[in-house]
Amino acid sequence: MSSPETTAQSFAPAARTVPGFAPLFRSELLLALRRRADIANPLLFFVTVLALLPIGVGPEPELLARLAPGMIWVVALLATLLSQESLFRADFEDGSLEQLALTPQPLYFAVLAKVSVHWLVTGLPLALLSPLLGMMLNLPDDGYLSLFLSLLLGTASLSLIGAVGAALTVALRRAGLLLALIVMPLYVPVLIFGTGAVQAAVDGYAYGPQLAILAALLAAGTALAPLAAAGAIRISLDN
Amino acid sequence: MAWQWFHRLGSPRWFYQKTSVWMPWLALASVLLIGVGSVWGLGFAPEDAKQGNSYRIIYIHVPAAFLALAGYYIMAISGAIGLIWKMKLSFVVMRAAAPIGAVLTFIALFTGAVWGKPTWGTYWVWDARITSMLILLFLYIGVIALARAFSREQVADKACALLALVGTVNIPIIYKSVDWWFTLHQPATIKLTEKSSIDPSMFYPLLIMIIGFYCFYAWTLIAHTREKILQREWRTNWVQQLMQGESITTESKEG
Repeated sequence: MSSPETTAQSFAPAARTVPGFAPLFRSELLLALRRRADIANPLLFFVTVLALLPIGVGPEPELLARLAPGMIWVVALLATLLSQESLFRADFEDGSLEQLALTPQPLYFAVLAKVSVHWLVTGLPLALLSPLLGMMLNLPDDGYLSLFLSLLLGTASLSLIGAVGAALTVALRRAGLLLALIVMPLYVPVLIFGTGAVQAAVDGYAYGPQLAILAALLAAGTALAPLAAAGAIRISLDN
Repeated sequence: MAWQWFHRLGSPRWFYQKTSVWMPWLALASVLLIGVGSVWGLGFAPEDAKQGNSYRIIYIHVPAAFLALAGYYIMAISGAIGLIWKMKLSFVVMRAAAPIGAVLTFIALFTGAVWGKPTWGTYWVWDARITSMLILLFLYIGVIALARAFSREQVADKACALLALVGTVNIPIIYKSVDWWFTLHQPATIKLTEKSSIDPSMFYPLLIMIIGFYCFYAWTLIAHTREKILQREWRTNWVQQLMQGESITTESKEG
Protein backbone atom coordinates (compact mmCIF):
# COMPACT_ATOMS: atom_id res chain seq x y z
CA MET A 1 0.00 0.00 0.00
CA SER A 2 2.79 2.42 -0.77
CA SER A 3 1.19 3.76 -3.91
CA PRO A 4 -1.23 6.34 -2.41
CA GLU A 5 1.56 7.87 -0.37
CA THR A 6 3.88 8.19 -3.33
CA THR A 7 1.17 9.87 -5.36
CA ALA A 8 0.50 12.31 -2.60
CA GLN A 9 4.16 13.18 -2.41
CA SER A 10 4.77 13.41 -6.11
CA PHE A 11 1.57 15.30 -6.65
CA ALA A 12 1.65 17.88 -3.91
CA PRO A 13 4.56 20.01 -5.25
CA ALA A 14 3.25 19.86 -8.79
CA ALA A 15 -0.16 21.05 -7.69
CA ARG A 16 1.10 24.52 -6.95
CA THR A 17 2.42 25.14 -10.40
CA VAL A 18 0.06 23.40 -12.82
CA PRO A 19 -3.73 23.27 -13.06
CA GLY A 20 -5.05 20.51 -10.84
CA PHE A 21 -6.93 18.35 -13.27
CA ALA A 22 -4.36 16.87 -15.66
CA PRO A 23 -1.64 15.60 -13.29
CA LEU A 24 -4.15 14.22 -10.84
CA PHE A 25 -6.06 12.54 -13.64
CA ARG A 26 -2.87 10.93 -14.88
CA SER A 27 -1.77 9.68 -11.49
CA GLU A 28 -5.24 8.42 -10.59
CA LEU A 29 -5.48 6.56 -13.86
CA LEU A 30 -2.08 5.03 -13.32
CA LEU A 31 -3.08 3.94 -9.83
CA ALA A 32 -6.34 2.47 -11.08
CA LEU A 33 -4.63 0.58 -13.88
CA ARG A 34 -2.16 -0.93 -11.45
CA ARG A 35 -4.94 -2.25 -9.23
CA ARG A 36 -6.35 -4.64 -11.80
CA ALA A 37 -8.63 -6.46 -9.36
CA ASP A 38 -10.52 -3.23 -8.65
CA ILE A 39 -11.32 -2.92 -12.33
CA ALA A 40 -12.25 -6.54 -12.79
CA ASN A 41 -14.52 -6.84 -9.75
CA PRO A 42 -17.40 -4.63 -10.91
CA LEU A 43 -17.35 -6.34 -14.29
CA LEU A 44 -17.37 -9.79 -12.73
CA PHE A 45 -20.21 -8.70 -10.48
CA PHE A 46 -22.10 -7.42 -13.52
CA VAL A 47 -21.69 -10.68 -15.43
CA THR A 48 -22.37 -12.93 -12.43
CA VAL A 49 -25.61 -11.24 -11.40
CA LEU A 50 -26.88 -11.28 -14.97
CA ALA A 51 -25.99 -14.97 -15.20
CA LEU A 52 -28.17 -15.56 -12.13
CA LEU A 53 -31.17 -14.00 -13.87
CA PRO A 54 -31.97 -16.90 -16.23
CA ILE A 55 -31.51 -19.28 -13.31
CA GLY A 56 -33.91 -17.22 -11.21
CA VAL A 57 -36.73 -16.50 -13.65
CA GLY A 58 -36.30 -19.31 -16.14
CA PRO A 59 -34.46 -19.57 -19.45
CA GLU A 60 -37.36 -18.78 -21.83
CA PRO A 61 -35.90 -16.49 -24.54
CA GLU A 62 -39.01 -14.26 -24.79
CA LEU A 63 -39.09 -13.65 -21.05
CA LEU A 64 -35.35 -12.83 -20.94
CA ALA A 65 -35.70 -10.49 -23.92
CA ARG A 66 -38.46 -8.68 -22.04
CA LEU A 67 -36.36 -8.35 -18.86
CA ALA A 68 -32.99 -7.67 -20.48
CA PRO A 69 -32.99 -3.83 -20.78
CA GLY A 70 -34.13 -3.23 -17.22
CA MET A 71 -31.96 -5.94 -15.68
CA ILE A 72 -28.80 -4.86 -17.47
CA TRP A 73 -29.43 -1.29 -16.37
CA VAL A 74 -30.19 -2.15 -12.75
CA VAL A 75 -27.13 -4.39 -12.46
CA ALA A 76 -24.94 -1.71 -14.06
CA LEU A 77 -26.29 0.69 -11.43
CA LEU A 78 -25.46 -1.72 -8.60
CA ALA A 79 -21.98 -2.40 -9.99
CA THR A 80 -21.28 1.35 -10.15
CA LEU A 81 -22.62 1.82 -6.64
CA LEU A 82 -20.49 -0.97 -5.17
CA SER A 83 -17.32 0.36 -6.71
CA GLN A 84 -18.07 3.88 -5.54
CA GLU A 85 -17.52 3.43 -1.83
CA SER A 86 -13.76 3.29 -2.26
CA LEU A 87 -13.64 6.41 -4.44
CA PHE A 88 -12.26 8.70 -1.72
CA ARG A 89 -11.67 6.14 1.05
CA ALA A 90 -7.94 5.43 0.62
CA ASP A 91 -7.13 9.11 0.09
CA PHE A 92 -9.13 10.03 3.17
CA GLU A 93 -7.43 7.46 5.34
CA ASP A 94 -3.85 8.34 4.41
CA GLY A 95 -4.51 12.08 4.51
CA SER A 96 -3.98 12.89 0.85
CA LEU A 97 -7.60 14.04 0.59
CA GLU A 98 -6.81 16.69 3.17
CA GLN A 99 -3.73 17.68 1.17
CA LEU A 100 -5.89 17.98 -1.93
CA ALA A 101 -8.36 20.19 -0.09
CA LEU A 102 -5.47 22.44 0.94
CA THR A 103 -4.06 22.97 -2.55
CA PRO A 104 -4.77 26.33 -4.17
CA GLN A 105 -6.65 24.69 -7.05
CA PRO A 106 -10.39 24.30 -6.65
CA LEU A 107 -11.30 20.93 -5.20
CA TYR A 108 -13.82 20.73 -8.04
CA PHE A 109 -11.14 19.67 -10.52
CA ALA A 110 -9.66 17.09 -8.20
CA VAL A 111 -13.09 15.51 -7.74
CA LEU A 112 -13.74 15.67 -11.46
CA ALA A 113 -10.42 13.92 -12.13
CA LYS A 114 -11.22 11.14 -9.67
CA VAL A 115 -14.73 10.67 -11.04
CA SER A 116 -13.48 10.63 -14.62
CA VAL A 117 -11.03 7.88 -13.78
CA HIS A 118 -13.72 5.98 -11.89
CA TRP A 119 -15.94 6.10 -14.96
CA LEU A 120 -13.11 5.09 -17.28
CA VAL A 121 -12.39 1.96 -15.28
CA THR A 122 -15.97 0.94 -14.36
CA GLY A 123 -18.62 2.65 -16.49
CA LEU A 124 -16.86 2.44 -19.82
CA PRO A 125 -16.05 -1.30 -19.54
CA LEU A 126 -19.64 -1.96 -18.44
CA ALA A 127 -20.95 -0.17 -21.52
CA LEU A 128 -18.48 -2.01 -23.76
CA LEU A 129 -19.50 -5.34 -22.27
CA SER A 130 -23.24 -4.67 -22.48
CA PRO A 131 -23.83 -5.84 -26.10
CA LEU A 132 -22.40 -9.24 -25.20
CA LEU A 133 -24.73 -9.55 -22.21
CA GLY A 134 -27.59 -8.25 -24.33
CA MET A 135 -26.91 -11.08 -26.74
CA MET A 136 -26.81 -13.65 -23.93
CA LEU A 137 -30.13 -12.35 -22.60
CA ASN A 138 -31.67 -12.44 -26.06
CA LEU A 139 -32.11 -8.69 -26.33
CA PRO A 140 -33.73 -7.83 -29.70
CA ASP A 141 -31.25 -6.59 -32.30
CA ASP A 142 -32.67 -3.06 -32.32
CA GLY A 143 -31.73 -2.59 -28.69
CA TYR A 144 -27.92 -3.01 -28.87
CA LEU A 145 -26.92 0.44 -30.00
CA SER A 146 -29.29 2.24 -27.64
CA LEU A 147 -28.19 0.02 -24.75
CA PHE A 148 -24.54 0.80 -25.41
CA LEU A 149 -25.10 4.55 -25.91
CA SER A 150 -27.44 4.93 -22.94
CA LEU A 151 -25.01 3.08 -20.66
CA LEU A 152 -22.12 5.16 -21.99
CA LEU A 153 -23.89 8.41 -21.06
CA GLY A 154 -25.76 7.08 -18.03
CA THR A 155 -22.92 5.43 -16.13
CA ALA A 156 -20.97 8.69 -16.28
CA SER A 157 -23.89 10.43 -14.56
CA LEU A 158 -24.07 7.60 -12.03
CA SER A 159 -20.37 8.02 -11.22
CA LEU A 160 -20.86 11.77 -10.73
CA ILE A 161 -23.94 11.42 -8.51
CA GLY A 162 -22.37 8.62 -6.51
CA ALA A 163 -19.31 10.77 -5.86
CA VAL A 164 -21.48 13.12 -3.79
CA GLY A 165 -22.66 10.22 -1.64
CA ALA A 166 -19.15 8.78 -1.37
CA ALA A 167 -17.83 12.17 -0.26
CA LEU A 168 -20.60 12.57 2.33
CA THR A 169 -19.95 9.17 3.88
CA VAL A 170 -16.16 8.99 3.58
CA ALA A 171 -15.57 9.85 7.21
CA LEU A 172 -17.98 7.20 8.47
CA ARG A 173 -17.17 3.64 9.33
CA ARG A 174 -19.26 0.99 7.56
CA ALA A 175 -20.57 3.51 5.08
CA GLY A 176 -21.53 1.01 2.38
CA LEU A 177 -25.22 0.55 3.14
CA LEU A 178 -25.70 4.17 4.07
CA LEU A 179 -24.14 5.18 0.76
CA ALA A 180 -26.61 2.95 -1.07
CA LEU A 181 -29.54 4.40 0.86
CA ILE A 182 -28.48 7.97 0.11
CA VAL A 183 -27.53 7.55 -3.51
CA MET A 184 -30.17 5.15 -4.86
CA PRO A 185 -33.03 7.69 -4.94
CA LEU A 186 -30.76 10.10 -6.79
CA TYR A 187 -30.05 7.45 -9.42
CA VAL A 188 -33.72 7.16 -10.35
CA PRO A 189 -33.89 9.77 -13.15
CA VAL A 190 -30.89 8.23 -14.92
CA LEU A 191 -32.45 4.79 -14.62
CA ILE A 192 -35.79 6.06 -15.99
CA PHE A 193 -34.27 7.55 -19.12
CA GLY A 194 -31.66 4.82 -19.58
CA THR A 195 -34.19 2.00 -19.59
CA GLY A 196 -36.60 4.26 -21.48
CA ALA A 197 -34.09 4.63 -24.33
CA VAL A 198 -33.53 0.86 -24.63
CA GLN A 199 -37.23 0.08 -24.37
CA ALA A 200 -38.09 2.65 -27.03
CA ALA A 201 -35.46 1.19 -29.36
CA VAL A 202 -36.72 -2.36 -28.81
CA ASP A 203 -40.30 -1.26 -29.47
CA GLY A 204 -39.18 0.40 -32.70
CA TYR A 205 -39.49 4.03 -31.68
CA ALA A 206 -36.94 6.82 -31.85
CA TYR A 207 -34.73 6.86 -28.75
CA GLY A 208 -32.95 10.13 -29.52
CA PRO A 209 -34.98 12.16 -26.99
CA GLN A 210 -34.08 9.86 -24.09
CA LEU A 211 -30.40 9.97 -25.04
CA ALA A 212 -30.59 13.76 -25.28
CA ILE A 213 -32.03 13.93 -21.76
CA LEU A 214 -29.31 11.54 -20.51
CA ALA A 215 -26.74 13.83 -22.09
CA ALA A 216 -28.40 16.83 -20.44
CA LEU A 217 -28.31 15.05 -17.07
CA LEU A 218 -24.63 14.33 -17.65
CA ALA A 219 -23.92 17.97 -18.51
CA ALA A 220 -25.76 19.22 -15.43
CA GLY A 221 -24.08 16.54 -13.34
CA THR A 222 -20.61 17.48 -14.58
CA ALA A 223 -21.23 21.08 -13.61
CA LEU A 224 -22.90 20.52 -10.24
CA ALA A 225 -22.01 17.12 -8.78
CA PRO A 226 -18.25 17.77 -8.31
CA LEU A 227 -19.15 21.05 -6.57
CA ALA A 228 -21.46 19.24 -4.17
CA ALA A 229 -18.89 16.47 -3.68
CA ALA A 230 -16.16 19.04 -2.97
CA GLY A 231 -18.44 20.64 -0.37
CA ALA A 232 -19.14 17.22 1.11
CA ILE A 233 -15.41 16.45 1.31
CA ARG A 234 -14.81 19.65 3.25
CA ILE A 235 -17.65 18.73 5.61
CA SER A 236 -16.28 15.20 6.05
CA LEU A 237 -12.80 16.50 6.79
CA ASP A 238 -14.35 18.47 9.68
CA ASN A 239 -15.60 15.35 11.39
CA MET B 1 -32.45 48.30 11.66
CA ALA B 2 -34.62 46.75 9.02
CA TRP B 3 -32.75 43.45 9.18
CA GLN B 4 -32.89 43.07 12.91
CA TRP B 5 -35.79 40.63 12.80
CA PHE B 6 -33.79 38.44 10.44
CA HIS B 7 -30.83 38.26 12.74
CA ARG B 8 -33.07 37.71 15.71
CA LEU B 9 -34.72 34.85 13.86
CA GLY B 10 -31.39 33.07 13.93
CA SER B 11 -31.27 33.12 17.69
CA PRO B 12 -32.64 29.92 19.22
CA ARG B 13 -33.53 31.76 22.41
CA TRP B 14 -35.55 34.43 20.63
CA PHE B 15 -37.27 31.78 18.54
CA TYR B 16 -38.15 29.73 21.60
CA GLN B 17 -39.63 32.68 23.43
CA LYS B 18 -41.57 34.00 20.43
CA THR B 19 -43.06 30.65 19.54
CA SER B 20 -44.30 30.08 23.08
CA VAL B 21 -46.98 32.61 22.20
CA TRP B 22 -47.77 31.10 18.80
CA MET B 23 -48.03 27.48 19.89
CA PRO B 24 -51.51 27.51 21.51
CA TRP B 25 -52.96 29.46 18.58
CA LEU B 26 -51.49 27.10 16.03
CA ALA B 27 -52.73 24.12 18.01
CA LEU B 28 -56.21 25.65 18.26
CA ALA B 29 -56.31 26.48 14.55
CA SER B 30 -55.20 23.01 13.48
CA VAL B 31 -57.61 21.22 15.83
CA LEU B 32 -60.52 23.43 14.69
CA LEU B 33 -59.76 23.22 10.98
CA ILE B 34 -59.02 19.51 10.91
CA GLY B 35 -62.07 18.86 13.12
CA VAL B 36 -64.44 20.87 10.94
CA GLY B 37 -62.87 19.58 7.72
CA SER B 38 -63.01 15.93 8.67
CA VAL B 39 -66.58 16.04 10.03
CA TRP B 40 -67.73 17.95 6.94
CA GLY B 41 -65.73 15.80 4.54
CA LEU B 42 -66.44 12.42 6.11
CA GLY B 43 -70.00 13.06 7.25
CA PHE B 44 -71.69 15.68 5.11
CA ALA B 45 -69.96 15.92 1.73
CA PRO B 46 -71.92 14.08 -0.97
CA GLU B 47 -71.05 10.58 -2.14
CA ASP B 48 -68.92 10.29 -5.26
CA ALA B 49 -70.80 9.12 -8.36
CA LYS B 50 -68.22 6.48 -9.30
CA GLN B 51 -66.35 5.67 -6.12
CA GLY B 52 -69.11 5.88 -3.54
CA ASN B 53 -67.86 6.50 -0.04
CA SER B 54 -64.34 5.24 -0.63
CA TYR B 55 -63.32 8.55 -2.15
CA ARG B 56 -63.55 10.16 1.30
CA ILE B 57 -59.99 9.09 2.08
CA ILE B 58 -59.03 12.00 -0.18
CA TYR B 59 -59.52 14.27 2.83
CA ILE B 60 -56.47 12.75 4.47
CA HIS B 61 -54.57 11.52 1.44
CA VAL B 62 -54.29 14.76 -0.51
CA PRO B 63 -53.32 17.10 2.37
CA ALA B 64 -50.71 14.58 3.53
CA ALA B 65 -49.29 14.27 0.01
CA PHE B 66 -49.20 18.07 -0.37
CA LEU B 67 -47.27 18.52 2.84
CA ALA B 68 -44.97 15.60 2.15
CA LEU B 69 -43.74 17.47 -0.93
CA ALA B 70 -43.83 20.94 0.63
CA GLY B 71 -42.02 19.55 3.66
CA TYR B 72 -39.10 18.48 1.50
CA TYR B 73 -38.70 22.03 0.24
CA ILE B 74 -38.94 23.39 3.76
CA MET B 75 -36.21 20.97 4.83
CA ALA B 76 -33.99 21.74 1.83
CA ILE B 77 -34.45 25.52 2.00
CA SER B 78 -33.74 25.71 5.71
CA GLY B 79 -30.70 23.53 5.12
CA ALA B 80 -29.53 25.92 2.41
CA ILE B 81 -30.06 28.93 4.69
CA GLY B 82 -28.01 27.15 7.32
CA LEU B 83 -25.18 26.43 4.90
CA ILE B 84 -25.13 29.94 3.45
CA TRP B 85 -25.66 32.12 6.52
CA LYS B 86 -24.35 29.59 9.08
CA MET B 87 -27.54 29.87 11.09
CA LYS B 88 -27.82 27.39 13.93
CA LEU B 89 -31.59 27.61 14.13
CA SER B 90 -32.09 26.89 10.47
CA PHE B 91 -30.25 23.57 10.79
CA VAL B 92 -32.45 22.70 13.75
CA VAL B 93 -35.57 23.35 11.65
CA MET B 94 -34.12 21.19 8.87
CA ARG B 95 -33.43 18.29 11.21
CA ALA B 96 -36.89 18.61 12.74
CA ALA B 97 -38.55 18.64 9.31
CA ALA B 98 -37.03 15.32 8.16
CA PRO B 99 -38.96 12.85 10.36
CA ILE B 100 -42.22 14.82 10.02
CA GLY B 101 -41.89 14.75 6.24
CA ALA B 102 -41.09 11.04 6.27
CA VAL B 103 -44.19 10.29 8.36
CA LEU B 104 -46.42 12.41 6.10
CA THR B 105 -45.03 10.67 3.02
CA PHE B 106 -45.75 7.34 4.64
CA ILE B 107 -49.31 8.45 5.46
CA ALA B 108 -49.82 9.56 1.86
CA LEU B 109 -48.52 6.21 0.57
CA PHE B 110 -50.53 4.19 3.08
CA THR B 111 -53.83 6.00 2.50
CA GLY B 112 -53.15 5.79 -1.21
CA ALA B 113 -52.78 2.02 -0.95
CA VAL B 114 -55.95 1.72 1.13
CA TRP B 115 -57.76 3.89 -1.40
CA GLY B 116 -56.31 1.91 -4.29
CA LYS B 117 -57.85 -1.39 -3.20
CA PRO B 118 -61.53 -0.44 -3.72
CA THR B 119 -60.93 1.79 -6.74
CA TRP B 120 -58.21 0.02 -8.74
CA GLY B 121 -58.57 -3.40 -7.19
CA THR B 122 -54.97 -3.46 -5.96
CA TYR B 123 -52.96 -2.02 -3.11
CA TRP B 124 -49.92 -1.21 -5.15
CA VAL B 125 -49.22 -0.22 -8.74
CA TRP B 126 -45.85 0.86 -10.09
CA ASP B 127 -47.41 4.03 -11.27
CA ALA B 128 -45.19 7.06 -11.72
CA ARG B 129 -46.81 9.11 -8.98
CA ILE B 130 -46.81 6.31 -6.43
CA THR B 131 -43.24 5.35 -7.25
CA SER B 132 -42.11 8.95 -7.02
CA MET B 133 -43.68 9.24 -3.57
CA LEU B 134 -41.81 6.10 -2.53
CA ILE B 135 -38.57 7.69 -3.75
CA LEU B 136 -39.45 10.80 -1.75
CA LEU B 137 -39.76 8.59 1.32
CA PHE B 138 -36.30 7.17 0.60
CA LEU B 139 -34.90 10.70 0.23
CA TYR B 140 -36.26 11.58 3.67
CA ILE B 141 -34.95 8.34 5.17
CA GLY B 142 -31.55 9.01 3.60
CA VAL B 143 -31.35 12.38 5.34
CA ILE B 144 -32.43 10.89 8.67
CA ALA B 145 -29.97 8.00 8.37
CA LEU B 146 -27.10 10.32 7.45
CA ALA B 147 -27.87 12.53 10.44
CA ARG B 148 -27.71 9.50 12.76
CA ALA B 149 -24.41 8.32 11.29
CA PHE B 150 -22.34 11.33 12.34
CA SER B 151 -21.18 11.69 15.90
CA ARG B 152 -20.72 15.45 15.79
CA GLU B 153 -23.91 17.46 15.52
CA GLN B 154 -22.43 20.33 13.49
CA VAL B 155 -21.00 17.99 10.87
CA ALA B 156 -24.27 16.09 10.67
CA ASP B 157 -26.13 19.39 10.13
CA LYS B 158 -23.97 20.40 7.21
CA ALA B 159 -23.92 16.94 5.62
CA CYS B 160 -27.71 16.63 5.85
CA ALA B 161 -28.21 20.10 4.41
CA LEU B 162 -26.02 19.20 1.45
CA LEU B 163 -27.84 15.92 0.87
CA ALA B 164 -31.23 17.62 1.14
CA LEU B 165 -30.11 20.20 -1.44
CA VAL B 166 -28.81 17.56 -3.82
CA GLY B 167 -32.10 15.70 -3.44
CA THR B 168 -34.04 18.81 -4.46
CA VAL B 169 -32.70 18.39 -7.98
CA ASN B 170 -34.50 15.07 -8.04
CA ILE B 171 -37.92 16.31 -7.03
CA PRO B 172 -39.03 18.11 -10.21
CA ILE B 173 -37.64 15.23 -12.27
CA ILE B 174 -39.54 12.67 -10.20
CA TYR B 175 -42.64 14.84 -10.29
CA LYS B 176 -42.44 15.21 -14.06
CA SER B 177 -41.87 11.47 -14.49
CA VAL B 178 -45.66 11.19 -14.58
CA ASP B 179 -45.40 12.56 -18.09
CA TRP B 180 -42.24 10.72 -19.11
CA TRP B 181 -42.46 7.28 -17.62
CA PHE B 182 -45.11 4.58 -18.00
CA THR B 183 -47.50 7.13 -19.42
CA LEU B 184 -49.92 4.42 -20.44
CA HIS B 185 -50.37 3.29 -16.86
CA GLN B 186 -51.14 6.67 -15.42
CA PRO B 187 -54.55 6.76 -13.76
CA ALA B 188 -56.32 10.05 -14.26
CA THR B 189 -58.01 10.26 -10.89
CA ILE B 190 -55.09 9.93 -8.53
CA LYS B 191 -54.96 13.60 -7.60
CA LEU B 192 -57.53 16.32 -7.89
CA THR B 193 -55.29 19.34 -7.82
CA GLU B 194 -57.35 21.22 -10.36
CA LYS B 195 -60.16 23.05 -8.71
CA SER B 196 -62.47 22.76 -11.68
CA SER B 197 -62.50 18.96 -11.73
CA ILE B 198 -64.04 18.59 -8.29
CA ASP B 199 -67.46 19.75 -7.12
CA PRO B 200 -67.45 22.68 -4.65
CA SER B 201 -69.41 20.64 -2.09
CA MET B 202 -66.47 18.22 -1.99
CA PHE B 203 -63.78 20.80 -2.53
CA TYR B 204 -64.49 23.13 0.41
CA PRO B 205 -63.96 20.50 3.11
CA LEU B 206 -60.81 19.42 1.26
CA LEU B 207 -59.56 22.99 1.24
CA ILE B 208 -60.24 23.29 4.95
CA MET B 209 -58.38 20.03 5.56
CA ILE B 210 -55.40 21.26 3.53
CA ILE B 211 -55.21 24.51 5.48
CA GLY B 212 -55.69 22.55 8.69
CA PHE B 213 -52.83 20.23 7.75
CA TYR B 214 -50.62 23.23 7.03
CA CYS B 215 -51.37 24.61 10.50
CA PHE B 216 -50.76 21.18 12.02
CA TYR B 217 -47.49 20.91 10.12
CA ALA B 218 -46.34 24.29 11.37
CA TRP B 219 -47.33 23.34 14.89
CA THR B 220 -45.50 20.01 14.81
CA LEU B 221 -42.44 21.49 13.14
CA ILE B 222 -42.17 24.28 15.70
CA ALA B 223 -42.76 21.84 18.57
CA HIS B 224 -39.97 19.56 17.30
CA THR B 225 -37.69 22.53 16.73
CA ARG B 226 -38.31 23.79 20.26
CA GLU B 227 -37.53 20.39 21.69
CA LYS B 228 -34.31 20.15 19.72
CA ILE B 229 -33.34 23.68 20.75
CA LEU B 230 -33.64 22.69 24.40
CA GLN B 231 -31.60 19.54 23.79
CA ARG B 232 -28.83 21.42 22.03
CA GLU B 233 -28.72 24.50 24.22
CA TRP B 234 -29.17 22.86 27.58
CA ARG B 235 -25.84 24.15 28.80
CA THR B 236 -26.80 27.80 28.25
CA ASN B 237 -28.06 30.05 30.98
CA TRP B 238 -31.44 30.76 29.53
CA VAL B 239 -32.39 27.10 29.20
CA GLN B 240 -31.22 26.42 32.75
CA GLN B 241 -33.31 29.33 34.03
CA LEU B 242 -36.28 28.23 31.97
CA MET B 243 -36.08 24.72 33.36
CA GLN B 244 -35.82 25.94 36.93
CA GLY B 245 -38.74 28.30 36.41
CA GLU B 246 -40.98 25.80 34.69
CA SER B 247 -40.63 22.57 36.60
CA ILE B 248 -38.12 20.95 38.87
CA THR B 249 -38.54 17.42 37.51
CA THR B 250 -37.37 18.37 34.02
CA GLU B 251 -34.52 20.34 35.51
CA SER B 252 -33.21 17.41 37.52
CA LYS B 253 -33.27 15.26 34.38
CA GLU B 254 -31.28 17.85 32.43
CA GLY B 255 -28.78 18.44 35.19
